Amino acid sequence: MNNLKDLVRRFLASDVFYSFKRSPTVVIAFALTLIFIVAAAFAPWIVPHNTYEVASLNLMDAFLPPAWVQGGKLSYLLGTDDQGRDVFSTIILGARVSLIVGFASVVLALVLGVALGLIAGYVGGFTDTVIMRVADVKLSFPAILIVLLIDGVARGILPRDVHDKAAVYVIVLAIGLSTWIQYARTVRGLTLVEKNKEYVQAARVIGLHPILIMFRHVLPNVMGPVLVIGTLGLGIAVLTESTLSFLGVGVPPTEPSLGTLIRIGNNFLFSGEWWMAIFPGLFLVILVLSVNLLGDWLRDALNPKLR
Amino acid sequence: MAEMNTPLVRVAGLSRYFDVSAPWLNRVLDGQPRQILRAVDGLDFEINRGETLALVGESGCGKSTVARLVVGLYRPTAGSIVFDGVDMAGLGGRAEMAPIRRRLQMIFQDPYASLNPRWRVSAIVSEPIRAFRLIEDEGKIVERVGQLLRQVGLSPVDGEKYPHEFSGGQRQRISIARALSSQPEFLVCDEPTSALDVSVQAQILNLMKDLQRQLGLTYLFISHNLAVVRHIADRVGVMYLGRLAEIGPKKTLFSLPRHPYTRMLLDTIPDLDMTGRKRTPVAGEVPNPINPPTGCAFHPRCPFANERCRIERPEPKLNDTGSITACHAVEEGRLPAGPIPAVAA
Amino acid sequence: MAALLEVENLRIEFPTRRGTLVAVDDISFALTEGEVLGVVGESGAGKSLTGTAIIGLLEPPGRIAAGEIRLMGRRIDNLPYEEMRKIRGKQIGAVFQDPLTSLNPLYSVGRQLVETIQTHTDMTPTRARARAIELLQEVGIPGAERRVDHYPHQFSGGMRQRVVIALALCANPKLVIADEPTTALDVSIQAQIIALLKRLCRDHGTAIMLITHDMGVIAETADRVAVMYAGRIAEIGPVRAVIKEAKHPYSHGLMGSIPKINDEKERLEQIEGSMPRLTEIPPGCAFNPRCPHVFDRCRVERPDLLDTGVTRASCWLYAHG
Repeated sequence: MNNLKDLVRRFLASDVFYSFKRSPTVVIAFALTLIFIVAAAFAPWIVPHNTYEVASLNLMDAFLPPAWVQGGKLSYLLGTDDQGRDVFSTIILGARVSLIVGFASVVLALVLGVALGLIAGYVGGFTDTVIMRVADVKLSFPAILIVLLIDGVARGILPRDVHDKAAVYVIVLAIGLSTWIQYARTVRGLTLVEKNKEYVQAARVIGLHPILIMFRHVLPNVMGPVLVIGTLGLGIAVLTESTLSFLGVGVPPTEPSLGTLIRIGNNFLFSGEWWMAIFPGLFLVILVLSVNLLGDWLRDALNPKLR
Repeated sequence: MAEMNTPLVRVAGLSRYFDVSAPWLNRVLDGQPRQILRAVDGLDFEINRGETLALVGESGCGKSTVARLVVGLYRPTAGSIVFDGVDMAGLGGRAEMAPIRRRLQMIFQDPYASLNPRWRVSAIVSEPIRAFRLIEDEGKIVERVGQLLRQVGLSPVDGEKYPHEFSGGQRQRISIARALSSQPEFLVCDEPTSALDVSVQAQILNLMKDLQRQLGLTYLFISHNLAVVRHIADRVGVMYLGRLAEIGPKKTLFSLPRHPYTRMLLDTIPDLDMTGRKRTPVAGEVPNPINPPTGCAFHPRCPFANERCRIERPEPKLNDTGSITACHAVEEGRLPAGPIPAVAA
Repeated sequence: MAALLEVENLRIEFPTRRGTLVAVDDISFALTEGEVLGVVGESGAGKSLTGTAIIGLLEPPGRIAAGEIRLMGRRIDNLPYEEMRKIRGKQIGAVFQDPLTSLNPLYSVGRQLVETIQTHTDMTPTRARARAIELLQEVGIPGAERRVDHYPHQFSGGMRQRVVIALALCANPKLVIADEPTTALDVSIQAQIIALLKRLCRDHGTAIMLITHDMGVIAETADRVAVMYAGRIAEIGPVRAVIKEAKHPYSHGLMGSIPKINDEKERLEQIEGSMPRLTEIPPGCAFNPRCPHVFDRCRVERPDLLDTGVTRASCWLYAHG
């Protein structure tokens, strides 16, 4: 407990927190991101309407415009879609799906990338060559194509209903497997630098096992830039998932993400029900923008210390 | 266990070569030959218990590589390192090396890179204790860390701090505390004061001498600073391009140097006593260790070089002063007694 | 002899978010033509900053907060960038510590020399090139006609530093500021470079401000030396006097802590504690917590440079009356 209090105290006194306090953009971005995350976490409990329950939908309420437009109802703040689902609720639930996929795939990519990068950098030699060539091959394919490939294989192998249930896992796996490389490369470069520092040599003199040296000594010193990539990567993952869902190969329509909502709304964009596409799109933009601004600030704030 | 009067460390024919050739493809396409860097090329020396042997030399002479070989960070390409009767080069994996590793430790040059910036000082200092399982009880470990910190002139509460909260000299003290925590007999010190200010250097050197007396430590002290070496060493070895030019008791080496390189090196020490002594700078620069000169490595810069020096590598031989020199001119008695004449720069 | 360089009450500050740090606190000294003044001190004492400020290369947020720097009577600390640029190189040359980063790796050595020569004189390119070769010969680079077209990486460390010295001297400046010119070099090369610097400056009548932490270099080269501590000058005087009979307790301790080749001392003299950080400079004399001769006045009042008979030291032990 002491350690935690100490950590918090040191953070509040640090240069990083100071630059955070001074930048209104970042404070807003952070607040927005926090709101999104909290809302998404507690979504099932805070949504005004549970749009997953088909029975609770009222077709009579379909195609209602947002509350401030003539014809709209207050209980459906941002209007309803073609099946009578409250757009506001679907957005919150959709953000939840998007964020879960985003976080999970970033965590997967991070764990895989950091581990491989550490090993490649520390062990060097043939292991390093193999890992880096695999990464190079991966990089020559656009991420979306890899994701489509993995997803297509999964669809081919698994029967339809199993695939639907497993869709989220497949997407997480696909995005994770296509984005681990940037973590690996960054960590490998930093590991190469740290490897030659005397504190690592001191650990080798004691005779510690290389795995212990890698994870106890080197890892804490290379994590900084990884956090930056992770934050920015969250935005990219959410966008990738949305793209996939928009294209129809993402999460199943029973648990729509923001991308799915945009796809559905797209069909009605020119027939006058603009709110079905615009609001999910707007929220997606704000979410990704906030996360990106946070990541940008983090990179700049951590930089002087890294130098 | 070996008896008390055999040397603690004995090094024979120690060599370490590095392959610094260009990658295979480049070599094939450009027709470049293999390039081998002979960082250490056939070294012999001994260190007795409780004594300090200093290795001096300029950049590229291989002294840092020797330090790393002796402590087990590099494997020798050839030769043997015998520690208390056991040949370290012959030992296999980490398990076999473990009992020896406890008995030797290293202190590094850069006080800023030798402590993990993310670890607390107490964790850094107690790492050898934990790694060798010397003490199991957490409370006793804390006590021991406090004792070690006090021994190096810091306070036990400093254990809670992080390295960046300390100055260079204090960090070196922490490094020394870490090195002492496994109760070693032998410390390899790689330029431990070169990165420190002069007054801090004095504190650290005094501390090291005190600790040596209190704990009966044996030191291998690497440095490029002859004045520091004169202060701390019992015996001194002068290295040049991976070989030992001269090695002997400190007093002998400083008052009666025989090897031309030793004599020239002593001449470069600035005259702080302001005697107005005229200095004759050494001519030329240290050649590239990848392509060392043939025969005696020093012959291009030596005013006494003859044909034999160009062809034949001199072997270390005992000379009239009691030190061991690897020099044909010394062996043949060709050296004048006075100061070395200057060679045109 | 008229003073070439006068530094008066120089104060260099760094505004930070935790308050203003005073890195150099009210120092004054002067340099005459052809003189070699050594400025010694340990890391953080402010000696490099002083040199940087004189040559006008102080990086923001650092700034000269007070005082004046005068070159041949003319004030240079408040000149606009363009004016200072003309002075730099022509009147003041600089030799820095790391020869690797002092030279542009992308241009040949000759081109860098010619560029500097042409900036400060109006020689034709042919004449400038000839001058460049002359300079390389003067600093002892063998085969200068060939090597003038080589790139910095083709020279060894010692040779590179010779090129840097050639660059510093090519416009015949009156003053050269050398900041740790030999620290990155091997001991045998150090001796060569110091000898070269001395010879050239004697031949050209150039004054040198030699900033270093290496007392040995100072002993060999300087006429006078200033010892800095925590941003102030502790003692200044002829080099022999400061080294052999230092009056300020800090300089005295410093000289005693240097291991000497002819010494039989068992223990080196050590000064307890360490130099205070810029944020923790004590009131009164900055050295008072570590001083073996401290008394009450030292803790309260900051001493100015007082005459000790052989040197000037900022120490209340030498207050008259």
